[in-house]
Amino acid sequence: MRSPALPHRFFVNGRDVEAIAPPAMRLSEVLRDVLGLKGTKVGCDAGDCGACTVLVDGAQVCACLVPVAQVVGRAVETVEGLARDGRLHALQAAFLRHGAAQCGICTPGMLMAAADLLRRVPSPSEAEVLDALGGVLCRCTGYRKIVAAVLEAARGGAEAEPLVGGGVGARLARVDGVAKVTGEDRFGADWLPERAWLTLRAVRSPYPHARFRFGDLDAFRRRHPGLVAILTAADVPGANRFGIYPTGKDQPVFAEGYVRMLGEPVCALVGDAETIAAIRDEEVPIAWEPLPPVSFDDALAGSTPDLHPHAPANVLCRGRIACGDVDAALATAPHRAAVAIETGFVEHAYIEPEAGYAERIGDGIEIVACTQTPYMDRDEIALILGIPPERVRIVPTAVGGGFGGKLDLSLQPMIAIAAWRTGRPVRCVYTRPESMRTTTKRHPARIVAEAGCDEEGRLLAVRFHGDFNTGAYASWGPTVASRVPVHAMGPYRIPNVRATTAAIHTTDTPAGAFRGFGVPQAAIAHEALMDALADRLGMDRLEFRLRNALRRGDATATGQVLDHSVGLVACLEALRPRWQALRAEADAFNRSSSGPFRRGVGIACMWYGIGNTAMSNPSEMTIGLAADGTITLYSGAVDIGQGSNTVMVQISAEALGVAPHAIRLVAGDTARTRDAGKTSASRQTFVSGNAARLAALDLRRQILALANAGPDARIVPVPGGVEIHDGDRTLRPDLSRLERDANGDVLVGFGRFDPPTTALDADGRGVPYATYAFGAQIALVEVDRELGTTRVLRMVAAHDVGRAINPTLVEGQIHGGIAQGIGLALMEEYLPGRNDNLHDYLIPTIGDVPPIEVILIEDAEPLGPFGAKGVGEPALIATAPAILGAIDHATGVRVTRVPATPDRLRAAILATR
Amino acid sequence: MSGYLRPATLGEAVAALCTGGATVLAGGTDLYPARVGRAIDDTLLDISALAELRGIGVTDGGWRFGALATWRDVLAADLPPLFDGLKAAAREVGGTQIQNRGTIGGNLCNASPAADGVPNWLTLDATVELASPTGSRRLPVAAFVLGNRRTARREDELLVAVHVPRPDRPARGTFRKLGARRYLVISIVMVAAVAEFAADGTVASARIAVGAASEVAQRLPSLEARLIGRRPDPSLVREEDLAPLAPIDDVRATAAYRRDAALALVRRAIADLA
Ligand SMILES: Cc1cc2nc3c(=O)[nH]c(=O)nc-3n(C[C@H](O)[C@H](O)[C@H](O)COP(=O)(O)OP(=O)(O)OC[C@H]3O[C@@H](n4cnc5c(N)ncnc54)[C@H](O)[C@@H]3O)c2cc1C
Ligand code: FES
Ligand code: FES
Repeated sequence: MRSPALPHRFFVNGRDVEAIAPPAMRLSEVLRDVLGLKGTKVGCDAGDCGACTVLVDGAQVCACLVPVAQVVGRAVETVEGLARDGRLHALQAAFLRHGAAQCGICTPGMLMAAADLLRRVPSPSEAEVLDALGGVLCRCTGYRKIVAAVLEAARGGAEAEPLVGGGVGARLARVDGVAKVTGEDRFGADWLPERAWLTLRAVRSPYPHARFRFGDLDAFRRRHPGLVAILTAADVPGANRFGIYPTGKDQPVFAEGYVRMLGEPVCALVGDAETIAAIRDEEVPIAWEPLPPVSFDDALAGSTPDLHPHAPANVLCRGRIACGDVDAALATAPHRAAVAIETGFVEHAYIEPEAGYAERIGDGIEIVACTQTPYMDRDEIALILGIPPERVRIVPTAVGGGFGGKLDLSLQPMIAIAAWRTGRPVRCVYTRPESMRTTTKRHPARIVAEAGCDEEGRLLAVRFHGDFNTGAYASWGPTVASRVPVHAMGPYRIPNVRATTAAIHTTDTPAGAFRGFGVPQAAIAHEALMDALADRLGMDRLEFRLRNALRRGDATATGQVLDHSVGLVACLEALRPRWQALRAEADAFNRSSSGPFRRGVGIACMWYGIGNTAMSNPSEMTIGLAADGTITLYSGAVDIGQGSNTVMVQISAEALGVAPHAIRLVAGDTARTRDAGKTSASRQTFVSGNAARLAALDLRRQILALANAGPDARIVPVPGGVEIHDGDRTLRPDLSRLERDANGDVLVGFGRFDPPTTALDADGRGVPYATYAFGAQIALVEVDRELGTTRVLRMVAAHDVGRAINPTLVEGQIHGGIAQGIGLALMEEYLPGRNDNLHDYLIPTIGDVPPIEVILIEDAEPLGPFGAKGVGEPALIATAPAILGAIDHATGVRVTRVPATPDRLRAAILATR
Repeated sequence: MSGYLRPATLGEAVAALCTGGATVLAGGTDLYPARVGRAIDDTLLDISALAELRGIGVTDGGWRFGALATWRDVLAADLPPLFDGLKAAAREVGGTQIQNRGTIGGNLCNASPAADGVPNWLTLDATVELASPTGSRRLPVAAFVLGNRRTARREDELLVAVHVPRPDRPARGTFRKLGARRYLVISIVMVAAVAEFAADGTVASARIAVGAASEVAQRLPSLEARLIGRRPDPSLVREEDLAPLAPIDDVRATAAYRRDAALALVRRAIADLA
């Protein structure tokens, strides 16, 4: 029971308000749920993320830690108070212009922390900006653009309107950016059903592996009048199974007497929010019989019981690529190197925990929730409810970060079943620990690899095996197992390769999709090999890579000949001057420094196949022209912060020949858009962008045909219609006589693109991807040898993106990827059940991401829209290996277990003495 | 029972405590994070309106830090170099949001092994002042913080203030915090040190305390004794000086590492005092 609600009077953004709430209620909750000010975001309720930062009497505080009773009579300022009279605050304008808001979930907190600073210190130094914003986490941007935006706003530089205009290649401000900087954008927890709703909370297993039986749930429910239903497996109308692969649906919505992971849902409580909050899991009558957990080590040793009947010896699946004769080539190679690499679980740590609601509408269901993949959600929910997919509507909310973690279903099946069964809207918001404990992670990997080269440093052979802990359920385990072998040798020309993988079940959190699908783990291994071979030969590490880099016309290990857009050599050549200068700088520092600090510079290369591996993954788009001249792009591609909304608009504007602001966007909703696949595999720009381009070209053709205009005519939207400028003729087709569709459009362009790939044979031969992104990064680090701490001082990143549709967005992806790469290399390791919060699980803060120089290489991909490929995942892959190489340069120690936490690095340094 | 009391005077507050069962709430930065995802069903005694518990000021014998002084108040206070360590700690507690709300009293009463305040108070020779309906008492910090989340505070007592005696000689403090990232980080180990100096620049007395390497921050008496009469010199630090520590393995680091890093940090803290 909480204490009764009382009136509390205070000021919000200058307005005198009275909030009726229990005195201990968190100010964040009062602002959001009592006063309806949803601009203040909640990411943890524990002071760890800073998303809820507001000002109280001018000082920044975490609203989630302030009881409303303590603000009585005081002045509270929130993001809603920043813009005045429809004019953005200088900070908001600067954030927009710099692309400092990606998903936007941290943006209100960042803005308020910055507002606090600028009032105290009108012209802050960079260090002061870092100190003031140090309490707000951002998982998307890598912080650098935020720092730049705050400094610019302080200089008064962003008073001007944000940049507009420009199609492909322009630094267009995000089309959805204003809503993100004003706090108006609505994320999963910000949407509420219009009708009175019920709240759902899952009751979860406290054991990683156990059997259980329910006691008398009915009696329990009757004891709690506010409890409307307790849902169990018996309440699932259709299949109590879901999973990414059509053949691999292995995860129950509610466990059936047996759980395979900590936090697995066994039932769900549905009722009014207060009742649900007051019931503790332990009170629900469940008799548990714990079983011994199945660890990765035990599963690899083969000494564990099978967790799934379809996965004997707990091997979910294997992957394999082979070409040439690896064993013979390695046996005779003049130089050889071998590594064994170990990585842990990595948490996506998006700042927005999963949230949404479901509502039954007639014989259909609507789900309004954050997701990366509306169409897959739709099809899975249809199976779970036992209804056809057309009766499921998925309305994606703004997504507060995904990175692969919102590709899998989380709360959607539970709220769908609850709404279906009760007939009332049902809402669920995960807590931070719940989100961390139960959603997918990056796969822990155990990799052994060996490589050999000749006397000139030409690679002869690579042998690679990786075991991946895929946890309790398959999720994207098969994707990792198939994608890794293709990439396992790195972006190099190598005649003899054998790369194998296995995805292993354990009773850990399921590992699924996380930016790179196992390739970042593999890159740690292949780049360690490159460094070792270069050192053995006495060759410069960059030059060694350059000698072996894939070039146009080379064949990969799958036998695919790369005919176009192989920009790795250009990346390395662009980096060479920085590499030489930074190496010299570090060497000079080390010569002159007698203390514990040593500097080092590392380099790493990456490649990444764009789109799904060796399977069809089409996108479809439509773009309509209404009778009044409005042009609308219907895009099923979900923008999870990376900027696909903006990219789709820029591409279609360019193809149509109009300004981007002339295009209105409808995004995501499965009832209004076509299937543009999932936001993963770095595929949206390349695949969906192509569909958008083709749709716009189709519409253009139709408009020109209507006016009988030539192919070079210009389309100009004008009030009430369009004009066509064809040479010196100006035509104005009469749109009003055309038939309108349900959207009110009179002409609709359609585009579809499916990247040309082939299936792979038993040796992995074939064309797994239509195109590849390439990149290389340099890291400068400083290691404290006594404490084992590493600071990254500088990053330089060169990426071949084919064509940068919007350079600001591309840089944003690279910055954000680097920040996550720093986390992977130095601090992030999720330990199931032990650090499921953001103070024990550490991600980089604003003080941990150094200045980043981005060099964009544009080796156009003829298949891509205007030459573009993808960059979302490529951005992260080279970072960790570059840092590990730099640590090696600084200390002579090659870290083989990431993250290289201070205790591990110090132990490794001590071991070399 | 649940309820929410926000008395305006110390008398009312201690009277309320006496009925038992109330949880004290100051800045809430420890209390709320311990209640994520569940109803706040405690009876709370919100002490934030107690003027007697605010402020940092000079007293006859030294300084008084009201229990409600926030880390930001510590940073803003005009304090001599004796408090440089405490200020350094204040600057690194959480982020600015936490510094604006978290109180020194809450930090002490919460008694986390990683509380950055505790080793500083130990080196400042501080005592806590506790008030109850039956009167008030003072205890040295070492006798107040007893273990992981355990203090000598009785259920009917409120921490009112922390008192720091004025040293006889010029004194300087320092603080070294080690974490795995730049901001918002709980210490893996931390070291606080204070030295009083004789006219010739040698150490007249020293207090050194290491936190997060045992249940409660520990002073290092053998090192403190060895420093007397000498200039602060890191080479005076010996491994055996860390004998009072009993570090553990946890998600942040291994025990062996904590011991090793503590040694390096103690040396650096001594160098800071030179
Ligand atoms: C994101 C984050 C980062 C943090 N970083 C650090 C850090 O780097 N270093 C660090 O040391 N701490 C850190 N903390 C912990 C916390 O901020 C500090 O310990 C803070 O000083 C606690 O003060 P408070 O007023 O908020 O305590 P509260 O949460 O109000 O109270 C804490 C406990 O003390 C009791 N209590 C409080 N005041 C009194 C009193 N006067 N008399 C009796 N009992 C009392 C309460 O009942 C409660 O049990 C962090 C916390 C968060 C959320
Ligand atoms: S929600 Fe308040 S700090 Fe995360
Ligand atoms: S933009 Fe900062 S968390 Fe997404």
